[in-house]
Amino acid sequence: MIELHELTKRYGDTLAVDGLSFQVPQGVVTGFLGPNGAGKSTTMRMILDLDRPTSGKVTIDGRRYGQLNEPLKYIGALLEAKAVHPGRTAYDHLLWLAQSNRIPRKRVDEVLALVGLSSVAKKRSRGFSLGMGQRLGIASALLGDPEILMFDEPVNGLDPEGILWIRNLMKGLASEGRTVFVSSHLMSEMALTADHLVVIGQGKLLADLSMADFIKQNSRSAVRIRTPHVEQLLTALHGAGLNAEARPDGSYEIEDGDLAHIGELAAAHGVTLHELSPQQASLEEAFMQMTADSVEYHAGNGEGRDAAGAWGAAWQPRDAAAADPAAGKEN
Amino acid sequence: MASFPAVLQSEWTKIRSVRSTVWTLALTFVITLGIGALLSLLTKNNFSEFAGAGDSPFDATGTAFSGILLGELAIIVFGVLAVGNEYSSGMIRVSLAAVPQRATLLLGKAAVLGALALVVALVTAFTTFFVGQSLLGGHSTTIGSPHVLRAVFGAALYLTMLCLFSAGVTAMLHNQTLALGVLVPFFFLLSPILSAVPKVKTLAHYFPDYAGSRMLLVYEQTDQPYGPWAGFAICLAWTAAAILGGILVLKKRDA
Repeated sequence: MIELHELTKRYGDTLAVDGLSFQVPQGVVTGFLGPNGAGKSTTMRMILDLDRPTSGKVTIDGRRYGQLNEPLKYIGALLEAKAVHPGRTAYDHLLWLAQSNRIPRKRVDEVLALVGLSSVAKKRSRGFSLGMGQRLGIASALLGDPEILMFDEPVNGLDPEGILWIRNLMKGLASEGRTVFVSSHLMSEMALTADHLVVIGQGKLLADLSMADFIKQNSRSAVRIRTPHVEQLLTALHGAGLNAEARPDGSYEIEDGDLAHIGELAAAHGVTLHELSPQQASLEEAFMQMTADSVEYHAGNGEGRDAAGAWGAAWQPRDAAAADPAAGKEN
Repeated sequence: MASFPAVLQSEWTKIRSVRSTVWTLALTFVITLGIGALLSLLTKNNFSEFAGAGDSPFDATGTAFSGILLGELAIIVFGVLAVGNEYSSGMIRVSLAAVPQRATLLLGKAAVLGALALVVALVTAFTTFFVGQSLLGGHSTTIGSPHVLRAVFGAALYLTMLCLFSAGVTAMLHNQTLALGVLVPFFFLLSPILSAVPKVKTLAHYFPDYAGSRMLLVYEQTDQPYGPWAGFAICLAWTAAAILGGILVLKKRDA
């Protein structure tokens, strides 16, 4: 298990990681989510003891990374796809890595087959596509048959086939009981693979909860209506125990409303509808709303915020306290 | 803890699996031998012009090793690339994730690098010596003559230490382009120029290349500040300091 305790990294005046504490649960896929520049990669480098924390600590199975005996057998990581000497063959790259941790040579052939690179094993990696480089990086992570795997933005720049492959691979690894810790800046990607979520923004913990809880708290739906007979309709809705909220563009939204039920209600009262449409806030929007305040660079016209504003300025997570444990701690 | 033999085996795989190892070491051999052979031949054919003037006796060993000043460039590049390609490719992070004991990693690399450089340097030195002597004809010396065997071994040690010194400097600078940009002008411009300037040259006489090259001298020179073994010790000290500096920088820095 990976445990972070008050992990902090400062570069000059910038706090890249700010008092981060969480545990990566065992045997599931944990998505490590945050906008670009949130401190995800720095955190992962500190887990591997590549960058030294300014304060706080991180342990793997209770020990510092540097204290692990032959660390590739505990934790395998993919940080950058192309961290390979371009003139070395895929096979030789995996071979030196295996030898350094006394992993048998036959394991090199196994992982090459596992990621589908057997046919180019003797080719120099200079000619590899991004997808092949990513597969080679994943092969080196799997080399020591570790219980914990860590991937930094593994689907970045991959074609749909590659993305699907990585998605299935991560799910497969978790189903074997392995711990998978994977970073991404795309909520939609994580919604498909992760069982647990850790969200950070500007180096701070914003959320640490199960995917199911995140969905429950954030996937709200509403029915939007537009009518020339506002008074009549509002009375009818009120009579049926429904509450409609006015929106600036003249439409109304009924939260958790049932499309058919509202349509029938309007017909029964002889109300003309110009619009009757279902509205859904996607998880992506919920995530962007959560991190909106911590995004380092907004688009000039504030589009970054607007995208989160499908629910308008009034949008709030239903259970703000649960979704944002850091907010409670800060005062 | 990572096992040292495992690190050595891993570093050996790294070094033998890139082409730059082959071409830099082959160039070391070819340049040292080629220029040495050429000058030996020219010296034999024009002996009175080449060797007449000086007050010291003709150094047949030194003539055979005329190419070493250019040959050392290739082995310096070998040392720089062996360490520097880890940084240029970002592979250093993969290496450190596999072997988090940073001193062990760099010492293992230096050991493999040094051993390979020494083997190539020994082959180069002895081949160059014997080919040079055969071309010098009547003016040649023999391996059994006083100090000659020491000078031939000295040539090999000199090349090996410069290679390791360069590797250490590259680890300190953690950038191979920068390391080449510092080392090549140092060895080919700064050091030779400074050792010719009065006053400053006392300082330049303690640079690693000048000190190390004292081991190649068969005859004592009138103005030499110290003997071959002192030169060896000074060059060794520079090499050890560079590697130690490399370890300290590697340990201290975020990778």
